[in-house]
Amino acid sequence: MTDTKLKQNHEPLIHITKRDDSGFWKSALVHLIGIVIALMLSSLLIIAVTGQNPMALFKSMYEGVIGTPIANSGINKKYVESLHIVAILLCISLAVTPAFKMKFWNIGAEGQVLMGCLASAYCMIEFGGKMDNTVLLLVMLAASILVGAIWAVIPAICKAFWNTNETLFTLMMNYVAMTLVSYFIMVKDKSGRSDLGIINERTGYGYLPNLFERNYIFNIIIVAAVTVLMFIYLKYSKQGYEISVVGESENTARYIGINVKKVIIRTVAISGAICGLVGFMIIAGDKHSIKDDIVGGQGFTAIMVSWMAGFNPIVMIPVSMLIVFLSVGSKFATSAFKLDNSIGDILTAIVIFSIIACEFFIRYKVNFRKSVKGDKS
Amino acid sequence: MKKLLAIVLSLCMLLAFAGCSDANTSSGSDADEAKVLSIDEVELTVADKIEAVAKEDLKVGFIFLHDANSTYDKNFIDAANAACEALGIKDDQVIMKTGIPEGEECYTTAKELVNAGCQVIFADSFGHEPYMVKAAKEYPKVQFCHATGVRGKTEGLGNYHTAFAEIYKGRYLAGIAAGMKLNEMIKAGKFTAEEAKIGYVGAFPYAEVISGYTSFYLGVKSVCPTVKMEVQYTQSWFDIEKENTAAKALIANGCKLISQHADSSGAPSACEAAGVPNVAYNVDTSNIGPNTAIISSKISWVPYMTMMIKAMLEGTSIPADYCATLEEGAVQLTALTKNAAPGTQEAIDAAKAKLSDGSLKVFDTKNFTVDGKELTTYLADVVDMGDFVPDTEAVVDGRFIESEKRSAPYFNVIIDGITVPKN
Repeated sequence: MTDTKLKQNHEPLIHITKRDDSGFWKSALVHLIGIVIALMLSSLLIIAVTGQNPMALFKSMYEGVIGTPIANSGINKKYVESLHIVAILLCISLAVTPAFKMKFWNIGAEGQVLMGCLASAYCMIEFGGKMDNTVLLLVMLAASILVGAIWAVIPAICKAFWNTNETLFTLMMNYVAMTLVSYFIMVKDKSGRSDLGIINERTGYGYLPNLFERNYIFNIIIVAAVTVLMFIYLKYSKQGYEISVVGESENTARYIGINVKKVIIRTVAISGAICGLVGFMIIAGDKHSIKDDIVGGQGFTAIMVSWMAGFNPIVMIPVSMLIVFLSVGSKFATSAFKLDNSIGDILTAIVIFSIIACEFFIRYKVNFRKSVKGDKS
Repeated sequence: MKKLLAIVLSLCMLLAFAGCSDANTSSGSDADEAKVLSIDEVELTVADKIEAVAKEDLKVGFIFLHDANSTYDKNFIDAANAACEALGIKDDQVIMKTGIPEGEECYTTAKELVNAGCQVIFADSFGHEPYMVKAAKEYPKVQFCHATGVRGKTEGLGNYHTAFAEIYKGRYLAGIAAGMKLNEMIKAGKFTAEEAKIGYVGAFPYAEVISGYTSFYLGVKSVCPTVKMEVQYTQSWFDIEKENTAAKALIANGCKLISQHADSSGAPSACEAAGVPNVAYNVDTSNIGPNTAIISSKISWVPYMTMMIKAMLEGTSIPADYCATLEEGAVQLTALTKNAAPGTQEAIDAAKAKLSDGSLKVFDTKNFTVDGKELTTYLADVVDMGDFVPDTEAVVDGRFIESEKRSAPYFNVIIDGITVPKN
């Protein structure tokens, strides 16, 4: 009798067990349910806090992202812009992924992109008008990729040879990059206002050309190519396989004859190079100006995208779309409804939180204690 | 690894090649720089004729650098509200975007306002200019108005307009109040006339700020001839902490009165704490410094914004570049506080009358020297081509012709009696 009681006390009300791999459709379904629950929660919040009709707000979010033809010109450029924001975020996410797969916690994407921006901006200012525009663009591209890779490789070498902490190291490199950019602006600025404005504004040297009479198309095509290449690289190439082995266990990797140091440095260099490429795209294909906050935290958002997509380049497409939809849409909707910006942030947080919660339910099973009333001892 | 090496080497070659071509072509660009045109020689912008918009259909967009916590932006926000209310433009026809940095965000915000249906968009900060121009090029049917901009007159964009006011006159008048206060303190034996030194907290070392503090200094000097001035820059338009620290440092350096051209309450509150008189800019600071605030000069943007909205409603045009005047009420002084010296109001009124009838010029070259000599000629950078090359003679008939060739200030000479930090 006492034995059974003791046993009963030891069995918790809820216990959690690891699931076997859920199938793709099952996990997609769980995520869908998660998003629906998130939207319902958001609706309740919107009604409670603002008294607005949540459907109207969601519709406004949609309009903010997809856009409507402008009254004055009849052209809708908004969806291309939104797609471009997705492309930039996606590309940084792709960049951090190989390193993450290897369990190299590179949180320095922000700084690596920024250094890419700096390299491009420097070339634009120094060489603009002194060489053919196509050559200039190629020089900018090469410089950005090289500088981005160097910025990432410095912590990678220290990690490979002296096992330094890459998380702290890459984070610190962000601040170094920001300070370098501020210094660069101070040196190059002639107006006395620490502001370079739009570089080569009147000449357009070093600007990526429009395709199909639209801005940004060039960048979007580049990112599409990078996505496919990254998917193939990680899934089918020998180097991609090496990355996953090193990520699983360095000792196993060493045992089967993989040069771990080389893989770490090579992979992080690829990460940094793609970040540098993003820097080039930001400067040459979009902003044409530089500031220390020009990357705008996307280097950090990308880490979340990469994780939420389970390091799968193809899954990153919908994930970055969702993130951009939420951030761009909520910004537009809150301003259209004259609400505070933070409402948008809260909505974004609810959705992202639900998706992360889904991960939990996909990986683990929750078991409730079976009823013990009928048990006989 | 070999492959990587090859890539790096080829990149190096590319860069080296870039360096070579740099050397080859640099001689060509020197020749281009030889022909610098003055504002009288370049083609001036012709403003577009606007299609009239019905009052209930009009949507006005505003882009502000900070929110109402910044004295500079509060001045604009108040003016926008006043102008819209006076013309019967309802709240839901006005979209205000606050906290828009001087960068790409300005362009994005301008596009957003166009998307929201605004027919006219106004931005308030100098650094917004290239982004407003970019947006103006993209949306030729939307009117873009920019306060403190320098390019409206010469950009050749019919839908891009700049504006400023002859605020140097207001600064000069506020300077008179400061000078009277110094004289009062000298008379009371607090310090000698030779020790009369004032401090100035400026944002950036560029023309708008330099013109502002020079006209202020000339105002002080007109009543207190022995005065000297020390300037400190904060490198930011709005930084409470930096402005506060700069004001404290100036007071520690022996400044007996402080003025500022930066947008926070930092300097006035430092003055109040130290009991040092303060002359403000842009906003009434009598509540921050009940015992130290004397007067404040400011630009009232109500006349310009009223004109801008009226042009939209009536289908006329907005001037490519407009300098709002003292006479139309665009340059204002707040009421003198109890801290002002007796007789100040009379002195200001007298000077104001002389400024209006033209018998007094703020930048009369007889009133100041540069390196010990009278300024007889000065080339100012009036045509902004992004090159910072001076182009236009600005000393005419014995005075510096501030804001006459272009609304935004271009006086950027450091005159004797003013010390600025060395870089």
